[in-house]
Amino acid sequence: MLVSEPSIRMSFVQDVKSRMGEPRVSPQESLQKWATLKVERKPFQKVIDVSSDDSHRAGMKPFSFVRQVLAGCLYPELLYGDSLPQDARKRVQDLLRGCDGGSVGSYSDSAGLLHVQSSVAEFITRRDAGVPSHSQNIFISAGSQQALTVVLKLLARGEGLSQTGVLAPQPWPRTLPMVLDVAGVCLVPYPLHEEQGWALEVDQLHWALQHARGRCHPRAIYISNPGNPTGHVQSRQSIEEVIQFAAEEKLFLLVDEVYQDSVYGKGRDFVSYKRVLFEMGRQYSKTVQMASFHSLSKSVLGECGLRAGYMELVNVDPDVMLFAETLFCCDICAPVPGQLALEVMVRPPEPGEVSYGTYKQEVLSNRNTLAQNAQQAWECLIGLPGVSCQPVMGGVSLYPKLSPPPALMAQAMALQVEVDVLYSHLLLEEEGVCVGAGSEHGQREGSYHLRLCILTRPDTLEEVLSRLTSFHLRLLDQVSQHALG
Amino acid sequence: MTLLREINQNVRRIMPSQLERLVRRGEQLREELRHGVKKPYKNLMDVFWGDLQGGGVRPLSFVRQVLAACYYPQLVHSDKLPIDVRERAQALLGACEGGSVGSYAATSGMRHVQESVARFICQRDGGVPSNPDNIYISTGSQRSIMKVLKLLVHREGSPPTGVLTPVPGYRSVTMILEAFGAAVVPYHLREGPGWVLQTEELHRALRATEGSCKPTVLYVINPGNPTGHVQSRKSIEEVIRFAAEKKLFLMADEVYQDMTFGKGQTFVSYKRVLAEMGPPFSHTVELASLHSASKGFMGEAGLRGGYVELVNLDPSIIDYVHTLFSTDAGAPVSGQLALELMAQPPRPGEPSYPIYTQETQAIRAMLVQNVGRALEVLNSLPGVSCQAVEGGAFVFPRLHLPPRAVQQAQEAGLEPDLLYCSRLLEEEGLCVAPGCEHGQMEGTHHLRISMATSVERAEEALRRLTAFHLRFMEDFS
Repeated sequence: MLVSEPSIRMSFVQDVKSRMGEPRVSPQESLQKWATLKVERKPFQKVIDVSSDDSHRAGMKPFSFVRQVLAGCLYPELLYGDSLPQDARKRVQDLLRGCDGGSVGSYSDSAGLLHVQSSVAEFITRRDAGVPSHSQNIFISAGSQQALTVVLKLLARGEGLSQTGVLAPQPWPRTLPMVLDVAGVCLVPYPLHEEQGWALEVDQLHWALQHARGRCHPRAIYISNPGNPTGHVQSRQSIEEVIQFAAEEKLFLLVDEVYQDSVYGKGRDFVSYKRVLFEMGRQYSKTVQMASFHSLSKSVLGECGLRAGYMELVNVDPDVMLFAETLFCCDICAPVPGQLALEVMVRPPEPGEVSYGTYKQEVLSNRNTLAQNAQQAWECLIGLPGVSCQPVMGGVSLYPKLSPPPALMAQAMALQVEVDVLYSHLLLEEEGVCVGAGSEHGQREGSYHLRLCILTRPDTLEEVLSRLTSFHLRLLDQVSQHALG
Repeated sequence: MTLLREINQNVRRIMPSQLERLVRRGEQLREELRHGVKKPYKNLMDVFWGDLQGGGVRPLSFVRQVLAACYYPQLVHSDKLPIDVRERAQALLGACEGGSVGSYAATSGMRHVQESVARFICQRDGGVPSNPDNIYISTGSQRSIMKVLKLLVHREGSPPTGVLTPVPGYRSVTMILEAFGAAVVPYHLREGPGWVLQTEELHRALRATEGSCKPTVLYVINPGNPTGHVQSRKSIEEVIRFAAEKKLFLMADEVYQDMTFGKGQTFVSYKRVLAEMGPPFSHTVELASLHSASKGFMGEAGLRGGYVELVNLDPSIIDYVHTLFSTDAGAPVSGQLALELMAQPPRPGEPSYPIYTQETQAIRAMLVQNVGRALEVLNSLPGVSCQAVEGGAFVFPRLHLPPRAVQQAQEAGLEPDLLYCSRLLEEEGLCVAPGCEHGQMEGTHHLRISMATSVERAEEALRRLTAFHLRFMEDFS
């Protein structure tokens, strides 16, 4: 390409740089890219990627009923004949009736297909033991990230000291800083208490708020429950404390509950923020403003590629909701197949229906695999010298803490990378296992973590743990040899 | 207590469009009909969206068969589907992570899809090469436009970034520009004859900005929406020369490229013309060209698949482009697969080819008939004139409204064509888009009517419109 007017081009580049900051390529992305390259002359045959929550990528099977319904919706000819079970065929007919022109290929309303919104509202009401949910407060999105961005844009304003700040847990979900940045709001971290199983403590919220003053104007608090990446599941009491804090400090609650299907710890159940809010009485239930998010990708269905999720707005002015709708209009609607899968997610087969048995069995098998994997991985990790891990209650990942040997720390410093990034890079190079690095999730100075997705086939997990163990012990050995020698 | 009282100015500036109010009213009426409320019509007819399937036209069999097999791979082994369908599904599943459409796909697009699209573009453009690395898959053309504009528009810029935008054009793009804090610089397409793009008008539009903004982007739509005009090669060359001279980034929305049926003009892409103009243009003019699976014969708007091909972008910008396209979790797999099937349809000799050809030809014939019939009917109505349509999915007739009608609209604080459309909706249950939605010369009024529907429905729409129009003109004479 001839650059006939270099000065024009250069100034354009500089302009872009000054507006957008440096290009964002996370260490994880480079690692993932590397993971997809051909592996020649390596001691391993195949790279195993457990750095992201993509259970299908990791070999978990989709649920039959969902896929049968989607196939029928895509190609309604399948309704004739017996390719699909009877209840799947009926569901296809119900769903297509709600699509324009009876086809999944038509445009849908920006906030989602009406019957999907209703089914979601009914699901929420059932889940929350009768606390009512209305379809006009439900917005179907192309994933929880998109919905979160819409609400953030409504909250975003000001610059410098008056810029909207959002309190966020540390460690945070990997993509959160980028989402906040794109929306133009400031991240105000509140550290989670690692030694207490990554519990959320109100003291830390107060501390964060104090720190925010003089930097930005906090207007919202983001919660991840069950926690990503920590897997912590909040108790009802903890949720009440957060709600009280939000009420006192007039903060908007952004509640990411996408892992609500993944709770397996003994003695801890998921209870939604909405339910707790409403059961706290009118003083709170009529005033605290909240957006809660769920997603097809992180639900038990794990259908990341379909791109669908929803958000429920609570106690938000109708005028403001109109703006939310407008923002959704500026964006695109969630893909229709995703919306239909969402409908199946919130309205699965019921006892007595033909597909119920299979569906129940598939879900149970999936959930058992998750719980067993969690236990197995946890036991393996805490058995490694220099590794500790909080007991897991939920979510789909483990977030062990690393105490890296000093020699590795020195190497990391020399290479100018975080030591957990170096560790994960070496693990990938030597054993072909791709894990996440804690530095992408925010962590206290001097503490290092790894993130492993455990929603994989059991044999895959065994392989991962075996390679990780082998790598870790070898690394410690090399380092101690080096120290001795 | 309302925390969200003070909303960001940029969000406030985005007004719910006139069309949305009309659509909402349409939904209300539909509900009323469902509850048995008596109306002068039995059902509501929407003829404003340009997607075929919304208009009741069936999707292409090959596409849906492949998709069904991808979603429910058991079908790959069933003999209910033709062999080429099964083979294509297998190939596509092989390109998905973990062999499942449920996995996340790479953020800028599945490699396989990028390659298929690049091959399609090269073939379309008579051999002009296309690099898969320059193809970015998104959830649709609107999203692609947003990403490109994000790269180019300086949000807090002083003076603001200027984007030359066709009038009439897309309301949604204007909304995006407003949300981004860009300055919309309108250039008017010349209605008679045929909504041509005249470079004198581009010059005028640029001069009129007089330093109030920094013109950076020239946005063109070809084939035109809502106009249906298909640019000649000569016209495209003139636009390219203008962009080169004024150092503007060309953003070419070409989503209706499949749907051309005028006797005169066939579609030729901006990229091809640019390449065939040779240096210096071919090496320097920066171009983004957009396409989508939502329009054209595919009409798979619900699946959400589109792409943008970036041409001549400075290599040092590419990292930023990549970042921009990775801020989402990636285009849905459904949309990516739809794009692949759009780019690589069945070929002669393959089992699905005859049916595929038959179906696409039937759609084309339907459009040609609908457009012909619409022009005939519209041009025979008093106070209506309509330009010839060469492509796209719409007719965009002009209403020459009686002064009393215009006056009444002004008194009601409405655009006259919106008043017309509202009354049309109430009295005949027919929903069409008003011209004010798309922008038009001051004092002119239009309607946008979708022709992407069956011949029978189009006929019914024209009947209802005719009945209403004659009454309307009578009332206000």
